[in-house]
Amino acid sequence: MVVATSSIGQRRYSPASANTIAMAHLLQRVAEERDREAFEELYGSFAPRVKAYMIRQGADPTTAEELAQETLMTVWRKAGLYSDTKGSATTWIFTIARNLRIDRLRREVPWQALPEGRDEEAADDQAPDEAVAERQRRHRVHEVLSELPSDQHQVVVLSYIEGLSHSEIAERLELPLGTVKSRMRLAYQKIRESVEDLK
Amino acid sequence: MKINHHPDASTLMSYAAGSLPEVLSAVVAAHIEVCPRCAAEVAEMERIGASLFERIEAVPMLEPALGANEKSSTQELAQLLDTRFAAEDPDESVLTRLLGRELSDVHWKRLGFGIWHHPIQLSPGTQGDLRLIKVAPGQVMPEHGHGGSELTLVLEGAYSDETGCYRTGDVSDLGDDVEHRPISDPSEGCICLIASEQKARFKDVVARIFQPLTGL
Repeated sequence: MVVATSSIGQRRYSPASANTIAMAHLLQRVAEERDREAFEELYGSFAPRVKAYMIRQGADPTTAEELAQETLMTVWRKAGLYSDTKGSATTWIFTIARNLRIDRLRREVPWQALPEGRDEEAADDQAPDEAVAERQRRHRVHEVLSELPSDQHQVVVLSYIEGLSHSEIAERLELPLGTVKSRMRLAYQKIRESVEDLK
Repeated sequence: MKINHHPDASTLMSYAAGSLPEVLSAVVAAHIEVCPRCAAEVAEMERIGASLFERIEAVPMLEPALGANEKSSTQELAQLLDTRFAAEDPDESVLTRLLGRELSDVHWKRLGFGIWHHPIQLSPGTQGDLRLIKVAPGQVMPEHGHGGSELTLVLEGAYSDETGCYRTGDVSDLGDDVEHRPISDPSEGCICLIASEQKARFKDVVARIFQPLTGL
């Protein structure tokens, strides 16, 4: 089990993945028993964050509320496809929100597949180990992000949370496109190195 | 399929973030379908998104879950949502979804000497340009890679340039500062899917193709 640690740095972060396991269990209850109470707990935990995410992506509060509702409806409907070994509940819900945002706010086709489409042949007997590794990975990603130099952290947030393309980031920060790309690469390199031994 | 050339990590990150322009995302999606390595990278990059998403400052919802005040049963809800998502067909390949048909059924338009193309229509209002290019064996290809981001995925055959040899499944993700002069494989030629972030670029490409013919 992953023990959450609070990170010390220039940014304050909430404890990492403290409730990762609880969330995965809720999702499982929704999937297997269509448990409405479990769903309401998930909703209480994730819908306000999805709403915040949509606002950061440029949606007005009413649209953001609707998109948060719809994201959680999709969670309800697709919970059966979620597997703990394929990624954390948060990652799964993030990808659903991301795709919905591309579809509704950008009015484009989300070519990004949801994680359900991957790793279909994962062997059942490996599942517990994989689930543990997954939690460790998420924990390390969290730590590295909290320690990134601010110029790298900035481009990562602009890309993931504000929804800007590399060219738009370059314009916003008045930087060459190549600089934006290399900052993204550097950030990813650190994250990748931190999880290398878990592969 | 042995793949030697992959999209840049920054391109994959933008894709995982959902911020890559649609034309480029379509090419990345088509590559990922045949490249487990990049699929794994994208999964890793989605964790970054989840991690940032987890720390976002929440905004309270006005409505309770599932419209709990109403009498809608979960059964009804499930049916409603099933109808809504019924149109998805996860078994279709990205390329088939993009083209609306198989690659072998594409109607090619001749662009010039030994070069054909097929523009692909994406969502209305989308920026950029996406098209198939078919090049006869041993032909110099339209030059691209100046200004903005551009991605090329080899679908059939191969081509070479100063940066290496690109075969089926390979992606060229050259920066906006790289000049290159690709030549298609002398025996097979090649078919590529090419995305350009800036629409104007392809007018230049067409101009360059016609350059030797028109003497401009």
